[in-house]
Amino acid sequence: MLNGNREVAVIGAGMTKFGELWKKSMRDIFVEASLKAIENSGVDHIDSMYVGTMSGGLFVGQEHIGAVMADYLGIAPVPATRVESACASGGAAFRQAYFEIASGQSEIVLAGGVEKMTDGADVTDALATAADQEYEVYNGITFPGLYAMIARAHMHQYKTTREQLAHVAVKNHKNGSMNPNAQFRSPVTLEQVMKATMVADPLRLLDCSPVSDGGAAVIVCSVDYAKKLKKPYVKVVASAQASDTIALHGRESLTALKCVSVAAEKAYKQSGLKPSDINFAEVHDCFTIAEIVVTEDLGFFEKGLGGAAAENGFTAIGGKIPINTSGGLKSKGHPVGATGVAQIIELYEQLTGNSGERQVKNAKYGLAQNMGGSGASCVIHILEAI
Amino acid sequence: MISPRYHREVPQRYRLEAGKCKQCGRISFPPRLVCPKCKSKTFETVKLSREGKVLTFTIIHVGPDKFSKETPYVVAIIELNDGVRLTAQVTDCDVNKVEIGSKVKLVFRKIQDEGKSGLHCYGYKAILNSTV
Amino acid sequence: MIGIVGYGSYLPRYRIKVDLIAKQWGADPEAIKRGLMLYEKTVPGLDEDTITISVEAARYALQRARINPQKIGAVYIGSESHPYAVKPSATILIDALGIGPHVHVASYEFACKAGTEAMYVAYSLVKAGEMDYALGIGADTSQGAPGDALEYSASAGGSAYIMGKEKVVAEILFTNSFTSDTPDFWRREHEYYPRHAGRFTGEPAYFKHIHNAGKTLQEKSGMSPKDFQFAVFHMPNGKFPQEAGKKLGFTKEQMEVGWISPWMGNTYSGSSPTGLAAVLDVAKPGDKIFMVSFGSGAGSDGFIYQVTDEINKVRDLAPKLRDMLDNNKIYLDYGEYAKFRKKIILNE
Repeated sequence: MLNGNREVAVIGAGMTKFGELWKKSMRDIFVEASLKAIENSGVDHIDSMYVGTMSGGLFVGQEHIGAVMADYLGIAPVPATRVESACASGGAAFRQAYFEIASGQSEIVLAGGVEKMTDGADVTDALATAADQEYEVYNGITFPGLYAMIARAHMHQYKTTREQLAHVAVKNHKNGSMNPNAQFRSPVTLEQVMKATMVADPLRLLDCSPVSDGGAAVIVCSVDYAKKLKKPYVKVVASAQASDTIALHGRESLTALKCVSVAAEKAYKQSGLKPSDINFAEVHDCFTIAEIVVTEDLGFFEKGLGGAAAENGFTAIGGKIPINTSGGLKSKGHPVGATGVAQIIELYEQLTGNSGERQVKNAKYGLAQNMGGSGASCVIHILEAI
Repeated sequence: MISPRYHREVPQRYRLEAGKCKQCGRISFPPRLVCPKCKSKTFETVKLSREGKVLTFTIIHVGPDKFSKETPYVVAIIELNDGVRLTAQVTDCDVNKVEIGSKVKLVFRKIQDEGKSGLHCYGYKAILNSTV
Repeated sequence: MIGIVGYGSYLPRYRIKVDLIAKQWGADPEAIKRGLMLYEKTVPGLDEDTITISVEAARYALQRARINPQKIGAVYIGSESHPYAVKPSATILIDALGIGPHVHVASYEFACKAGTEAMYVAYSLVKAGEMDYALGIGADTSQGAPGDALEYSASAGGSAYIMGKEKVVAEILFTNSFTSDTPDFWRREHEYYPRHAGRFTGEPAYFKHIHNAGKTLQEKSGMSPKDFQFAVFHMPNGKFPQEAGKKLGFTKEQMEVGWISPWMGNTYSGSSPTGLAAVLDVAKPGDKIFMVSFGSGAGSDGFIYQVTDEINKVRDLAPKLRDMLDNNKIYLDYGEYAKFRKKIILNE
């Protein structure tokens, strides 16, 4: 495979419901998801663990998350490390697990993600630490504000419309209504999205992903090991990552996410695939505009046509390339550190034919794109059905 | 805003001091140790132009706690006449009058307060050029 | 020749009409406007304070003076609304404008005449040969108690004066000061609004000090009202300065250009300094200007200026006061005004 490394497989997954989980602590949530993944995979031990979480410190005052979770999962002295890349923490955690297996260092690794956002912390301030504190946040920008600026520039340059943004929200809520783990399980109408409370012009409340608690975990091992276990598995055919300037004003373009296109190019090269080979994708729709720009920068649609694609149903289940069949961050929820891993889970479920009403027919290749901040980091994985 | 962190950014926030790469001429704002364009490590201090135009903007309706009493307010990415881009509020205007391409000038304003007894924190904001 | 080498003013864009304040508290707008001769006043934006106002005014003064900021040896801001009780406003100003660090700095307070006291000290340091240039500023975002007479006039704005001995645009010929312990208006530490003694603020305070300072200045200089083209007085409203000026022998025409309170309100430490700036914007070489400030508590500073040829070279290098006063105004209603002036109790 890549440079003589071993081929890597995902053999099990587990997640909690996403939402306001008042009765569950961060530890409860992570342990619940991890136990489900371990049971689902049929392994009786793990060699190592990676936990993606954006900020245990700011949300619940807890750092040293790797150690905390290894302790509470009852697996100590197994090594455990917390991985952070803002909203791409989950994807980055999965990537570390991939490395550890591909290099032959370990046989079975748990890659998990968790975030507990409803314990009373100032969520806006905590999330803002993913942006440039001194030169963006200091001057009064918010996360919706950063993506709103991208939206306005995209609308100015490519004539993307407000309705097109709303179509993304409508589609994702429709998908989420079929996902038992989603935070929001009822569909929304175009009118509801267009008339929702204004947050940062032009983005309204229903253009924005929510504040959520949740955990997700997958078990990663070598393809050889998966075959030995005789378990249904999916193969990781690409793992790529890229970075870009922390501040939106430092980017080359205000309407393109270079970290996405750079990581995507690497991922396509690694796997020998083209965008048109991808059957479906989970992308980082922290805001509706993000899905539109990302689908362009992943090469699914020509630059500037992401909005029209959503409007014309190309990204719906049954469409040309279903995007966010899980409901996306918008409807499924966005417990920051868990999101990247939850995307892998959706890929795993789809590729093993377990997605019920949301099933993409004949899905062979799925792509997961996880992104940090306003596009300062991006992690992409491509998985193949076996 | 903790004093040492605030104090360190004063030359940038008050005087718009930036670092110009001696090798390739790229201006970094704020100044930094390595030029992102040519990787050189030698810079000279320059002051940014105070005039520019709006590249994109948003109107914040739901703001962070510190700014919640100021909503709605405009935040924009501004390109100054020397090519440097920065993020700043556009103040003293009808929020609906800002457009992509609007010409602006940078002024010295109070950006935020550290609560009732903490520091007053100052910096740059933009005003539309139709103002004196 | 020692005097002003650069001057600049700054007024916020926001205004509130006196009518709205009157209606808010059940007073008769017409009676108020007639009685006080005030029509509207300036209101500082949420992101403005005495420091930001001083920085913009001083920036304009530097533009007119055309000197290297590092040559300024002292910076004094006079105000009764310094943002910090302890930490001089000018420490922030010098870093904003690239003045110093080899510079004297302090905050001055003397109610509405803190600005002119700062100007006097700046002038004196240059005259004494201590330094080549010194900057004196009068600026305020004064606060009037809700429903009180002073709410109609308390406004925001300021002016900055760089004193020097080269390329002087207005030479200072004479100065004086007249001070006594007169409790007409004060604010105790930790109190949010000032208090005043009603009608006692008139004859025994404002008029007594302006008149005595003015009379002494006329005697000291050997000049009489007809020697002057312009006269500027502290303007707590529209009426008082006209009366005070008349008592000292000046005509309405002489006071007209510097009489800006009906549209600006009372910018406290910025009041007569800003009236002076309005005059400098139009004065011709050779014109003489008579100025007397007033600060409650109480005292008055007198100045006699003579404009030089240099004024024509610098006048257009920065915005004119009248432009700032008359154009680009944004009118507020009382609710917005109360929010901007932080008169609404918040949950903090």
